[in-house]
Amino acid sequence: MAEIVLDKVTKRYPDGALAVSDVDITIGDGEFIILVGPSGCGKSTTLNMIAGLEDITEGELRIDGKRVNERAPKDRDIAMVFQSYALYPHMSVRENMAFPLRLAHVDNATVTKKVEEAARILDLTQHLDRKPGNLSGGQRQRVAMGRAIVRSPKAFLMDEPLSNLDAKLRVQMRTSVAKLQRRLGTTTVYVTHDQTEAMTLGDRVVVMRGGLVQQVGSPQALYEQPTNLFVAGFIGSPSMNFLPATLADGQLQTPLGPVPLSDRIRRLVEAANAPSEVIVGLRPEHFEDAALLDEGERGRGGRFTATVDVLESMGSDKYAYFTVEGETATSAELDELAAESGSTEMTDDGSQIVTRLSAASGAREGAELEVWFDEDKLLLFDPSDGRNLTYAG
Amino acid sequence: MAVIGATASSGAKTRWALIDIVVVIYALVPVLWIVSLSFKTKETLTDGNFIPRSWTLQNYRDIFNTSEFLRALLNSIGIALIATVIAVVLGTMAAYAIARLDFPGKQLLVGASLLIAMFPQVSLVTPLFEMERTLGLFDTWPGLILPYITFALPLAIYTLSAFFREIPWELEKAAKMDGATPAQAFRRVIAPLAAPGVFTTAILVFIFCWNDFLFAISLTSTTSSRTVPAALSFFTGSSQFEDPTGTISAAAVVITIPIILFVLFFQRRIVAGLTSGAVKG
Repeated sequence: MAEIVLDKVTKRYPDGALAVSDVDITIGDGEFIILVGPSGCGKSTTLNMIAGLEDITEGELRIDGKRVNERAPKDRDIAMVFQSYALYPHMSVRENMAFPLRLAHVDNATVTKKVEEAARILDLTQHLDRKPGNLSGGQRQRVAMGRAIVRSPKAFLMDEPLSNLDAKLRVQMRTSVAKLQRRLGTTTVYVTHDQTEAMTLGDRVVVMRGGLVQQVGSPQALYEQPTNLFVAGFIGSPSMNFLPATLADGQLQTPLGPVPLSDRIRRLVEAANAPSEVIVGLRPEHFEDAALLDEGERGRGGRFTATVDVLESMGSDKYAYFTVEGETATSAELDELAAESGSTEMTDDGSQIVTRLSAASGAREGAELEVWFDEDKLLLFDPSDGRNLTYAG
Repeated sequence: MAVIGATASSGAKTRWALIDIVVVIYALVPVLWIVSLSFKTKETLTDGNFIPRSWTLQNYRDIFNTSEFLRALLNSIGIALIATVIAVVLGTMAAYAIARLDFPGKQLLVGASLLIAMFPQVSLVTPLFEMERTLGLFDTWPGLILPYITFALPLAIYTLSAFFREIPWELEKAAKMDGATPAQAFRRVIAPLAAPGVFTTAILVFIFCWNDFLFAISLTSTTSSRTVPAALSFFTGSSQFEDPTGTISAAAVVITIPIILFVLFFQRRIVAGLTSGAVKG
């Protein structure tokens, strides 16, 4: 149990490459915090610095108020679960889990007790005498967790622990990890590139990009109030739709037609000193099939008519994809997000938008559909630096 | 289809079996010939029969009756074992550093060790002879152990660094996180996993030291440090007119026995695929 403080922590490699820059995070006792971002954003480097596997170039790392920059990993009393599990192949499951205790010279009776208790929690009791080579992926993952929990460390560090599991097992293990963390109440830092994992697991999420922290906040706060274009595009699945727009006279000219700004948005935009060229962001669930709404609701939003390119029925919802003619929104952040998801080839002419409609919608592929969207939910971004012009703080 | 497949595969099997037999015969005939010679009597030695007409153990009795051979055998075992142990220990440490660390001059070190391995040994014999005479190492155990280590080390470093590279680095990080000092991580995690590599290297180095003739004949002068390959060349018959072929053959057979035992003993420890299950699923 411990509070971990990263105070302007920076990692610069000898060749001058800046991996992590000025990271300031205070991780509370018992908190489950997620570091998320695309590959190469510095999240694993940050974790390794907390672990002590990488040196900190500048700044200070404090665990329970004590500076630990110079301490070896073994003296930090932190356990780590690796992406590859890193089980000792020549030891049985029991020996693997007992290893940290043996190194700490714990007496035999206690070792047996603790290992068996951990095995019971993780449902590994019948596998204790097997070698890691004979276990399935999920079982190996649990052994790796077991090795971390046996010695009741001050904190757990997890480096993409679920990324080697298949999709179904990953969802199952995600729940187990969350339950285990609640049960033990141990401070946990969890690294992932999967925004779904980040949203579902964490008390708080830290979004990183290019070694810089973009935003720290609860999953809901990141979703509703992203500080910039990058966070807005990274969090959420399917991701937010972005369209270019022009701001003039309290009105927004968008490819979907003119949109009047609500009073709330107008005040925020004025306070933010917005430029005239902006990027509009709209989440898929802020659209609806106009035919399903009554007159009163329809009046409180914009409407447009377009041809449905692709319709995906999920049972509970329908995802309708449209192509909106005209220019596409461009910014460095969006290019980076597109490169990360590998979806650069999709924008041949016009922007693609994804909408989440009710299952009751009569939308059909190839047919025209009148779509309504909630004008008060839209977000505006500055294309030059990506900041959210409608950020309420 | 199935029948055709079966005939094709049994045809292939026969072909492979024939090739195997040819290779084994090619490799073993000279060895068996020596064994055959060692059991022949002096009279039938040159009769050209592969299987001796009259069997005798006299050659074996003769070599074990001379103190020369026993002393040489002792020298061989002692020198080869000590050189192997030192070369493998040093090689393990060097190979671990080469596989894991990025230090200035690493390429230079690897290149230099390769250079030593490539150097024609015969060109070094004269300088070594002079040096050892000056240093008083000539005709002593260290006088042979030192050059053996020098020439075995490149071999050991190369073989071992290949094995170390196979071990996932994350295991070491995991050990560190579990509270191990670097020494503990090496001893309890890395070394057990590198064991097959260490044993393979030990076998290769031991064979190299055991079989060496060049240094053994040049850097020794008496039985106090002469090893078996060198001692063999000093064998004479009981009179100067007598051919020592029989005794030399017997001695050759005797000195292959320790090496076979050594290989068999360590081969059991070379368990392939020991690292399976360490990472990924």
